[in-house]
Amino acid sequence: MSLFDWFANRPKVAPLSQEQQQREIADGLWTKCLACGALTYTKDLHLNNKVCPECGYHHPVKSHERLKQLLDADTWQPRNEHLTACDPLHFVDRKPYSERLREMQHKTGLNDAIQTGFGKIDTHPVALGVMDFNFMGGSMGSVVGEKITRLVEEATQARLPVILICASGGARMQEGMLSLMQMAKTAAALGRHRQANLLYISILTHPTTGGVTASFAMLGDLILAEPKALIGFAGRRVIEQTLREKLPDNFQTAEYLLQHGFVDMIVPRTQLKHTLAQLLRLHTPTSPPVGHRYVTPGFLLS
Amino acid sequence: MNSERKAVILDFERPLVEMEQRIRQIEQMAQESGVDVSDRVSQLVNNYRQLRQEIFSRLTPEQRVKVARHPRRPTTLDYIQAMTDEWLELHGDRGGSDDPALVGGFARLGGQPVLILGHQKGRDTKENVARNFGMASPGGYRKALRLMHHAHRFGLPIITLIDTPGAYPGVEAERLGQGEAIAVNLQEMFALAVPIICVVIGEGGSGGALGIGVGDRILMFEHAIYSVISPEGCAAILWKDSTQAAKAAQALKLTAPDLLELGLIDQILPEPLGAAHADPVQATETLKRALLDNLARLRELDGATLMRQRYDKFRRMGVVLDG
Ligand SMILES: [Zn+2]
Repeated sequence: MSLFDWFANRPKVAPLSQEQQQREIADGLWTKCLACGALTYTKDLHLNNKVCPECGYHHPVKSHERLKQLLDADTWQPRNEHLTACDPLHFVDRKPYSERLREMQHKTGLNDAIQTGFGKIDTHPVALGVMDFNFMGGSMGSVVGEKITRLVEEATQARLPVILICASGGARMQEGMLSLMQMAKTAAALGRHRQANLLYISILTHPTTGGVTASFAMLGDLILAEPKALIGFAGRRVIEQTLREKLPDNFQTAEYLLQHGFVDMIVPRTQLKHTLAQLLRLHTPTSPPVGHRYVTPGFLLS
Repeated sequence: MNSERKAVILDFERPLVEMEQRIRQIEQMAQESGVDVSDRVSQLVNNYRQLRQEIFSRLTPEQRVKVARHPRRPTTLDYIQAMTDEWLELHGDRGGSDDPALVGGFARLGGQPVLILGHQKGRDTKENVARNFGMASPGGYRKALRLMHHAHRFGLPIITLIDTPGAYPGVEAERLGQGEAIAVNLQEMFALAVPIICVVIGEGGSGGALGIGVGDRILMFEHAIYSVISPEGCAAILWKDSTQAAKAAQALKLTAPDLLELGLIDQILPEPLGAAHADPVQATETLKRALLDNLARLRELDGATLMRQRYDKFRRMGVVLDG
């Protein structure tokens, strides 16, 4: 029996009084599903990769939880952890950017919106980047762009596959055009990785929008998405306001993108490690290639 | 030129317009009365020039946004028609669409064959509607890529003229993969073994601009803007108030001098007095000369060198603290 089935079959209602329930939710012992309202023992929810055993809702996860979910134990070797943003525009909106950064760093324990490094998935070595939506909405500024670029360059050198887990509202406005240019920079690095016939898998999680969608998120050789994740370029509100168009029900969901040919498969988080391992295995030649190499079709002219 | 285009006067241009009217009045009165006022008029014309110089040399970022979006500002096709010896527009992404908001074709510039691509805004309301106000769709970016691949195969230098509020935000555009289309262009433009010169001629709106904005040289007209998000959009999100667009325009560092200082563009093309819309002929001359200069320099580099330098150029973009 899979863990998932086991969750599905166990007693569903928490045998608690209303009052005790409220107290234990507050204590964090129980977690109420944001989608169906079902109560799950928090420990069990974490064991199920924060997917509601009742309705399959994918609760938001932090980057370090992702790492734990995906990588073989004790294989994570982080890179460039100390890179930090430095407010080159001296940007002030209702609050100075430098202050926002400090607050975010304090709140999340991260220096910026992505963790990058090397690790193993079911014994397969990979270069892995995991974005963290909790850090300024996973927005991409210079640090996110630089860390991805360095990771991809190192992976190209080491001839390793790259996996990027996307979760982002887009480019970081507080770094202005420096943020926009990270789209080109990361795309360029992935282009070299691609020209070396190395595998890049991008994983789109809720939400993946704006400048991240229009760069590395959509450049995967293989693109996976989590169920019901919001994925798109333009914001829903912008489309509604500027064009007064009625939006389809499942517009900009993972399922919508699958239907229109922009993702390869939708993979529930509980299956993600398994699926990645399978894909990596399928890309591991059983015997060394004999003098034959494919020409990467994307760079059909180089 | 129709009256709609003539009628547009930006608020900071108003003193100039009033002065111009006064000069005309004096001239007319002089003609009627037969009195010689040429000294007085030439003095006023001088004052007028001085005032124009003053106004345009200290435009605020918000005012530059207005100049960059000026409905009479020369568009991609205006420049192409004025500066090339030949022009053949080509159509279609070979995937079911042809986007009128992003045009492309072969041209002869200073005797040399080149590929020119550019966002195309309309020159009146009707054309703007037909051209989606210069907001390109996935089909536009894919047409651009098809033509750029062609240029690569036949050794044609590529010139892109950037002038868009942003990529088209619509249901159809999303369905057809707006993000994917732009992303693929960003990646592929690093693998073209021909010179690429990008010029922001008006409005450089975010990813929609960058989708044809990867090149060996990035030029920008003096009063053009290039921004990660529109000032209005930025104000709505960060200030929760879209009327704070002036503050956002200031904060975003979207003017040509700002971007030169940040190392994100290579060269600023000076505009005629009163901006490009005041003297399109001179603006065209400036653009043509800059393109030919840069082409001459880039032509000396082989494809591999161009691609390596292009990579290194964008590789350096960004500011981080390490350690
Ligand atoms: Zn649930």
